[in-house]
Amino acid sequence: MSDVTEIIEKQIDKYGKKRETLIPVLQSIVEKKHYLTEESMLEVAKNLEISAAEVYGTASFYSFLDIEERGEYVIRICKSITCDMKGKNEIIKALENKLKIKCGETTTDKKFSLLLTNCIGWCDKSPAMLINDEVYTELTPQTAVKIIQDYYKK
Amino acid sequence: MAKSLRKIDIIFAPYSRCPYKVLENCCKKNKKDIIQNLIDSGLRGRGGAGFPTGLKWKFGAETEGDVKYIICNADEGEPGTFKDRKILCEVPRKVFSGMGICAHVIGATKGFVYLRGEYKYMVTALEKEIKMFNNRAQEMGLDFNIEIFLGSGAYVCGEETALIESMEGKRGEPRNKPPFPVQNGYLGKPTIVNNVETFVSSMMVCKMGAKEYSKLGTQDQHGSKLFSISGDTPNPGVHELELGLNVADFVEEFGDGDTKAVQVGGVAGFCIPRKKFVETIVGQGPTTGGATMLFNSSRSMYHVLQNYLEFFVEESCGQCTPCRTGTQQLLKGIKAVKNGDKPPAYLEELIKLSETMKISSKCGLGQSVANSFASIVENFKEEMIY
Amino acid sequence: MTNMINLKINNIPVTVEQDTTIFQAAKKLNIRIPTLCYHEDLCVAGNCRVCVVEQIGNKNLPASCCTPVTQGMEILTNSRKVRNARKTIIKLLLSEHDADCTKCYKNGNCELQDLAKEYCPEETEFYIDLLKDKVFTIDMASPSIIKDDSKCIKCQRCVRTCAEIQGVSALTAAFKGADIKISTFFEKPISEVVCTNCGQCINRCPTGALVEKRYINEVWNAIDDTTKHVVVQTAPATRIALGEELGYEPGQRVTGKMVTALKQLGFDSVLDTDFTADLTIMEEGTELLTRLKRALVDKDTTVALPMTTSCSPGWIKFCEHAFPEFLPNISTCKSPQQMFGPLSKTYYAEKKNIDPKDVVCVSIMPCTAKKFESDRPEMTDSGYKDVDYVLTTRELALMIKQAGIDFLKLEDSKYDPLMGASTGAAAIFGATGGVMEAALRTAYEIATGREVPFKNLNIMPVRGMDGVKEAKVLFEDCLPDWSFLNGVELSVVIAHGLANARQVLQSVKDGKANYHFIEIMACPGGCLGGGGQPIPTSPEIRQKRTQATYEEDMNMPIRKSHNNPEIKQIYEDYLEKPLGHKSHHLLHTKYSKREKY
Repeated sequence: MSDVTEIIEKQIDKYGKKRETLIPVLQSIVEKKHYLTEESMLEVAKNLEISAAEVYGTASFYSFLDIEERGEYVIRICKSITCDMKGKNEIIKALENKLKIKCGETTTDKKFSLLLTNCIGWCDKSPAMLINDEVYTELTPQTAVKIIQDYYKK
Repeated sequence: MAKSLRKIDIIFAPYSRCPYKVLENCCKKNKKDIIQNLIDSGLRGRGGAGFPTGLKWKFGAETEGDVKYIICNADEGEPGTFKDRKILCEVPRKVFSGMGICAHVIGATKGFVYLRGEYKYMVTALEKEIKMFNNRAQEMGLDFNIEIFLGSGAYVCGEETALIESMEGKRGEPRNKPPFPVQNGYLGKPTIVNNVETFVSSMMVCKMGAKEYSKLGTQDQHGSKLFSISGDTPNPGVHELELGLNVADFVEEFGDGDTKAVQVGGVAGFCIPRKKFVETIVGQGPTTGGATMLFNSSRSMYHVLQNYLEFFVEESCGQCTPCRTGTQQLLKGIKAVKNGDKPPAYLEELIKLSETMKISSKCGLGQSVANSFASIVENFKEEMIY
Repeated sequence: MTNMINLKINNIPVTVEQDTTIFQAAKKLNIRIPTLCYHEDLCVAGNCRVCVVEQIGNKNLPASCCTPVTQGMEILTNSRKVRNARKTIIKLLLSEHDADCTKCYKNGNCELQDLAKEYCPEETEFYIDLLKDKVFTIDMASPSIIKDDSKCIKCQRCVRTCAEIQGVSALTAAFKGADIKISTFFEKPISEVVCTNCGQCINRCPTGALVEKRYINEVWNAIDDTTKHVVVQTAPATRIALGEELGYEPGQRVTGKMVTALKQLGFDSVLDTDFTADLTIMEEGTELLTRLKRALVDKDTTVALPMTTSCSPGWIKFCEHAFPEFLPNISTCKSPQQMFGPLSKTYYAEKKNIDPKDVVCVSIMPCTAKKFESDRPEMTDSGYKDVDYVLTTRELALMIKQAGIDFLKLEDSKYDPLMGASTGAAAIFGATGGVMEAALRTAYEIATGREVPFKNLNIMPVRGMDGVKEAKVLFEDCLPDWSFLNGVELSVVIAHGLANARQVLQSVKDGKANYHFIEIMACPGGCLGGGGQPIPTSPEIRQKRTQATYEEDMNMPIRKSHNNPEIKQIYEDYLEKPLGHKSHHLLHTKYSKREKY
């Protein structure tokens, strides 16, 4: 827990011990630890002196503040209409096959989570996906699989 | 080039040699003059609500407050919209100029760019630009600095009060209006929230002058607008066009020859069927963010509507009854009609429901669902049933 | 000088102050606009949209509870547009609600039911059932509160109550869109989080999503069991509110009728928690004076002052979670309910020659936290579970109805002897400031030999609805044994509602305040506003109940705890003296630190 505490304290030093700091704190924990655990949220509650329920209620509102276990790399395939029209289903199938998991799941080696997300703002270069903060556009099933393979090499 | 379509290149025109010259000049001008110029230009917000920008800044200047804030709404979550992404990548200085002029005019000392989490990849580059801006502002004697606040994946945070709630560390649930952010905004202080493109356009208005600017566009909608064009088009991307264009001309330019429908204004906007292309002018009435998606005849409009409704069901903040339950009812409703559990006449009930959502929902999200719902169901009824 | 605004509602002109809402302006004209998420005690939410009205010139319907009036505004509250919208919204709410009313505890007292009755009686078509594809678990883990999400309409009154009035925030809205739900931290059962069991959320829930855990069947079973001797004790605050469930207006005292009804229900002995309230005063008063003596005479720096009261189990659990450093400050006295329990199975059983294992102790409380309190593992000093079942005022009313008793026509009866006599001091326990006043009436007289220097024994400074009340009482010319108190200005503070309690404790913690004695009640208004009291609650209703409480006091022949003859008897015959050996064993307790978050 000490590394989470460190992350929290760093944000508090930057922004102050107030409610407005909550989302930056949660974002930094997700950045380093991939998702928010019960313990980490309690730690946030303690340090910001907010009720644990409020931390949970706020975190659960935002799609990118994952409160379920996620892998090191979170793949988010866009499912909004243009990406859907341009072949997102084939991308999903290809990645489900490659990773041997279904959408919504995490690989057993905790390397990848495969999720769907709403419009990520790359409709002119669809289909598109995010892997953590990186954007990948104009995907084909082949290029999508290749991207994953490259990540395995990292 | 089709008749009513006029392409221009103001927003992405390259920077002038001296960055922030316009801002520097504005800081020497009379604040009331700047505001009047903006009002005269007829510029309206480019995010979706379309509120007259000059008026907003006027209220901001007139509201008393020891502390005031400027927020650039870069939450660009409307499906089909990606213009702000391009602006922030290519011409961010124009955005910060606009913010700086606004700060000068209303007396704000702190600005934020609320950047959607999906655009986190551009943070490093943006922070570099922001650092440069903050230094330049200081050199100019403008007491104003900007900071990025990152979103975390919530479409509703594009609504200005939900955005503010998010910045205050809470769930992105829209507030009751009135009071408006200009009176009671971030941390209860007077706050101006404007879209990325609005700040750029404001800066252009200050540079060109209201008279030149209002020569563009129609009587009702002045100026130019960025259109994010995608879908069944050989030419997807961001295009800057004068307002007042006719949809038929638009389709001639950007369609793939088989366009069956055009979604104007993202999923919160209207679906124009082929038979109405000629009579529909884009820019009459509020334009929602400029997202334009083209569908050709291979597309099932039922599938399109289902995709939209699934989006709304997920992204609704869930606070108010009409939106939270209404979106679910509309989605389940069209499915029930499609698989025969409900008769086709039920579609009329659903349209009525969407109308009630439009007039009773707490924020623009719930209020806009009826736009695409009614326009798709009414114009593509057979596809909903068979 | 506030601006005045002129507007018209349903074509009737009205003038109100600026910032008045449409809803409030309509109320001034006696025009009722239906609401759901709105509650007098809470900040405005504006999310249910039931209160929408038509504004001429506005294509949207503003929500009247949160829209301020503007000059020249024209509002219609009952136009066709409004009626249609209202009907739609109510039907939408019904589509996400388990509307099987016949199975629901709130049947007949449900705000959603009322709206459906008023606006949709001719509807034959309702919307698609939204609950069908969703999974709901009913949280029944807590001994006090049951949470049933299938009945929740997301008005968030419970969230606001827990946050604003109680400052606990054990509940939150979680997720968004179709998945939004009212939840605890990580959706844990209520019993596993910082919930204090105060039940204020229950009082404000418009439907049956939050109700108390009921023990009516268990009590009927005990009454039916001829081998059991069932005693019942009644709280001070029940007798001034029970009537509301049975046909009376708020503020009606129904003590005598309540006793008669309890006898007719079949309880073997109808006794009074007010008796042990008097006993609490004896024990707690002595405890306070002892702590003061240790501090002032012995100069004992380890003595925990200020001392706080301990009769509110919601307050106790709150303190255990949020301010465990103050646990030594809490009086070691059990609450009147929990003093009664062990005495019913020792003193009472002995006197009546009944085997204690056959005694069943039932209490009628205005409180839901008392159910948790009776379940606390340490509450077994009699050798058995001291208090077997706790019923709320609402549950008692239901039993009276089930038994077919025509409550309004009942004659008055008196409590049974041994543990049934009480005083005016006990009666005021139900109001905020009441315990303090009762304690002062006794402590002052013990120390000085004189009555408290307040007209008619009514200590006005500790009364009233202010969230935090301070008072000072000067002790002088004390009796020889208590001469160390000469010149001491006893500084007391009273807080009701846990947000106010937090404020007081924080000020003590920060060294900003110097008190000797603190009374804390978890519920706004004190027990009379408790989580087990008739629903609805409002400032007006609590005010009426307060009046009834002080009337009850004024009408008691004896008004000081130490003059209660049955109290004198129990000390003579059994307990010997306050804080004596038997008292320590049966009437005192300890507390445990709990997780803060």
